[in-house]
Amino acid sequence: MSNTNTVLASDGTSLKKSLAKSLRRQKIRALLLIAPLLFFVLLTFIAPIGDMLFRSVENNIVSDTLPRTVKVLSKWDSMSGQAPDEEVFEAFARDLKIAVKSKLHTKLGSRLNYEKTGISSLVRQTGRKVKKLDLDATPSFKDAFEKMNKKWMDPSVWQTIQQFSSKYTDGYFLAAADLTRTSEGIQKVDEDKKIYFKLFVRTLYMSLGITFMCILLGYPIAFLLATLPMRSSNVLMILVLLPFWTSLLVRTSAWKVLLQNQGVINDFLVWLGVIADGNRLELINNVTGTVIAMTHILLPFMILPLFSVMKTIPPTYMRAAKSMGANDFMAFRRVYFPQSIPGIGAGSILVFILAIGYYITPEIVGGTKGVFISNRIAYHISSSLNWGLGAALGAILLVVVLALYWLYDKFVGIDNVKLG
Amino acid sequence: MALPIYASPMQKIWYYTFRIICGLVFFFLVFPIMVIIPLSFNAQDFFTFTPEMLAFKAEGFSFKHYDDFFTNQDWQHALKNSLRIAPMATILSVSFGTLAAIGLSQSHVPFRRAIMAIMISPMIVPLIISASGMYFFYSRIGLQGTYAGVVLAHAVLGVPFVIITVTATLVGFDKSLTRAAANMGAGPVRTFFKIQMPLILPGVISGGLFAFITSFDEVVVVLFVGSAGQKTLPWQMFTGLREQISPTILAVATILIAMSIILLTTLELLRRRSERLRGMSPG
Amino acid sequence: MKIKTIMLGGAAFAMSATAALAEDMTIVSWGGAYTASQQAAYHDPYSAMTGVNIINDASSGEAVAKLRAMSEAGNVTWDVVDVVAADALRLCDEGLAMEIDADTQLADAPDGTKASVDFGDLMVNECFIPQIVYSTTFGYRKDLVGSTAPTSVCSVFDTAAYPGKRSLEKRPINNMEWALMCDGVAKSDVYDVLATDEGQARAFAKLDTIKGDVIWWSAGADTPQLLADGEVIMGSTYNGRLFALIEEQGQNVGMLWDGQVFDLDGWIIPAGLSDERKARALDYVYFATDTQRLADQAKYISYGPARKSSAPLVSKHATLGIDMAPHMPTDPNNAKNTLLYNYSFWADYRDDIDAKFQAWLAK
Repeated sequence: MSNTNTVLASDGTSLKKSLAKSLRRQKIRALLLIAPLLFFVLLTFIAPIGDMLFRSVENNIVSDTLPRTVKVLSKWDSMSGQAPDEEVFEAFARDLKIAVKSKLHTKLGSRLNYEKTGISSLVRQTGRKVKKLDLDATPSFKDAFEKMNKKWMDPSVWQTIQQFSSKYTDGYFLAAADLTRTSEGIQKVDEDKKIYFKLFVRTLYMSLGITFMCILLGYPIAFLLATLPMRSSNVLMILVLLPFWTSLLVRTSAWKVLLQNQGVINDFLVWLGVIADGNRLELINNVTGTVIAMTHILLPFMILPLFSVMKTIPPTYMRAAKSMGANDFMAFRRVYFPQSIPGIGAGSILVFILAIGYYITPEIVGGTKGVFISNRIAYHISSSLNWGLGAALGAILLVVVLALYWLYDKFVGIDNVKLG
Repeated sequence: MALPIYASPMQKIWYYTFRIICGLVFFFLVFPIMVIIPLSFNAQDFFTFTPEMLAFKAEGFSFKHYDDFFTNQDWQHALKNSLRIAPMATILSVSFGTLAAIGLSQSHVPFRRAIMAIMISPMIVPLIISASGMYFFYSRIGLQGTYAGVVLAHAVLGVPFVIITVTATLVGFDKSLTRAAANMGAGPVRTFFKIQMPLILPGVISGGLFAFITSFDEVVVVLFVGSAGQKTLPWQMFTGLREQISPTILAVATILIAMSIILLTTLELLRRRSERLRGMSPG
Repeated sequence: MKIKTIMLGGAAFAMSATAALAEDMTIVSWGGAYTASQQAAYHDPYSAMTGVNIINDASSGEAVAKLRAMSEAGNVTWDVVDVVAADALRLCDEGLAMEIDADTQLADAPDGTKASVDFGDLMVNECFIPQIVYSTTFGYRKDLVGSTAPTSVCSVFDTAAYPGKRSLEKRPINNMEWALMCDGVAKSDVYDVLATDEGQARAFAKLDTIKGDVIWWSAGADTPQLLADGEVIMGSTYNGRLFALIEEQGQNVGMLWDGQVFDLDGWIIPAGLSDERKARALDYVYFATDTQRLADQAKYISYGPARKSSAPLVSKHATLGIDMAPHMPTDPNNAKNTLLYNYSFWADYRDDIDAKFQAWLAK
């Protein structure tokens, strides 16, 4: 008779169960609605990124092209100061002969050339000669290789092959951190090749600067929009959204026209007599150019979240503060401003995240001092073809962005992003 | 924030200073875009204000770059491609995105935050990383250099905008309306199209516009994922900037700016309509 | 009966669709005026002759990266690709470009000379079909360089005599050579010196002297625009760009041929095309690289044809009507002091020197 205590639903099952069932059904329905998009994003977006990140550690080429050599070379003592012995050279000859046939040797050469300059042509030249080598009629492979190119007797060439013979490598990440692996362990690269750390730091500094500029310019605008009557604020909002909707390329080229030495701004200042004709301002192809153009491009991303937060601050608070004797500044400083801080936070993180990944604008107006790490990534992906290094740099950048994204979610909530 | 009549001189000064500052910032926002418009009528082939233009002489101006845009095959081809790619990408992101946003706005969704984070990520991940990832991955599965590849890539980039705008409208959505519809015997599909859809429509449309403009203005991803057959307007503009500078780009930009203004006005009108529907008075 | 007609119609439609598809050929080149010259000299006559529809893709700058990705995926969508010789070497080495037998697959000269002889040394490897000789050289604003126009490439490093900005390409190639030559290294020793760390440091030290006065360019259109705007007083770019700037746009710019660096540009056919597409690509290349066609291209752009037999046929500019021969980089008056791009040196040292160059730029 314990059943008497259970509340029953209309169909006779226990209400608790029925509720749980309906909750489960709700959850399943929600998930079913979400599933297509989730699947879509995972397949077309997350998978490609994972695939790219994998390239930053992948290093199949050496062991795939030189399977026999890698095996026997592992026994060679790299600190011996001597080239490896006959056994290694024989294996190498066999591997190389196959590789030349399928034209894999030059890929190997370019891969190893990232680590040691000169291997590319060494492998290419040797590849041509190895074609003619008769494997069964070679008394000493070591001599044969020495004759082809003396560099094969240099132990450092073999050290490089040995170091990069495993299927996975940290070499790209080391390079991305301005480090290199030598026979004496991991070391910093020469001063004249250090660039990535500097670029990362510069990217962060410039993004911070841009974010700060956006706060400075965006705050008054958002304040004005939030306090004006809706009709006029909506019209002014169009002025904020217009740049947002105008092609990025167009805005960037517009800045080029404005900022250059013989450009509109300099011409105007000369005409005003503020500066002398021979003394025009350097506004482009440097940090200034990038900061100005990117502030312009990202400003709407600051104004919109700020505006949506300020919209929720009741104007009565300011009035109350003033009625209790605070002057305008005081009321703003102690009452309004603290309440708008979440908006500053939201806008700042958004602007910062977008800024550190920028690529096209710095490329066009940044010159040499105003470029970001993204420009180097693009360079390695499409021009130097060092895809592994590009992927490693990308991975580091992605980690920074995701950390910020996490912060944003924690403090602001992703679902609180507002657009217009 | 009108100035009260009892304002002190200090307050008056500050009031006008503030207005001037705001005016300057608005100028900063809009001026670079406005500069483009006269330059697009340049009679010369460079992005420069020529002495003739500054003297407002007729020979300094011409429509030749507009002419070039409408007659040059490359530009027309690019325009056609943009118009083939952007709507398709928009349809994909809007339909998937709206469904998912409705799903996400239900009261009990497991892993809601994580799912949301994944869906917004295309907006957050630096474009160069997305682009190179897609480049390698799409090559591998045979989508690189195809129409479908570019559409999928652009659709996923548009998804966050749809999610954000549609969830925003759903926050203000009164659930008792769907319950009432169900109570009166409407099935879920009928409820969706008759009740929910009209109310969230402004959000869907504005998300769709964002998605459309994302695809229409996107250059990095299409450069990597596309090939000549999918050359879009921004791509053509980008090669134009790199290979042969011609103010045709500025003519195109002027046309696009005009389009933006039309779109923005549409959005504003839609917003007003939505507020009327929800019973809020447009101030 | 009705069904049959529909099916037949459908089949006919499908066939015409595939036929239309098969008649498309994607040719990759550099875009801009260069593609336009190829369009006029090669594509248009070829299309008129065969009915093949040619799609232009201006992706030559990323040709190696894209071909590599395409071949990884096993889906090569390009039929003929215009690349510089250095890229052709990379592509051929990696097996991404098809090997060509010049004597059987390319046209003989009108007098019966075999193609391999007609092209001579310019066929730098088995895959590369040379098309033009171009050079990277300097242009200067006549009104901004003072009374004495520069006559030597070393004027670029002479900021006392020629104060003002100059534009150089944002890569070490060419700049390092010029720096060493103007630092007193004999032309024949340049690459030996550049192969050493000290030599590289020396080149950077020379470049340091003008670093503050340089605007670095990365696209061929940059220097002409910078010169037209008066942003720079002199700058390096491809000679064809300067020709267009001076002769077609009528800008007040002069050519500085001294120290020009010759380079080659030509066709490759990607490896792994279907037999049908390969046959069509070969047919196109046979047509587009014959003696007359190469000479025709010089009507539209001032790059020297790669065949010896084409040189006497170079005539007047198609629209301007001026003689093209004196504007060719290979003209004896222009080619008094030249350098040839050293492909094998840069294949080895590119990664290393480039890393240093980028670090130097960022300093």
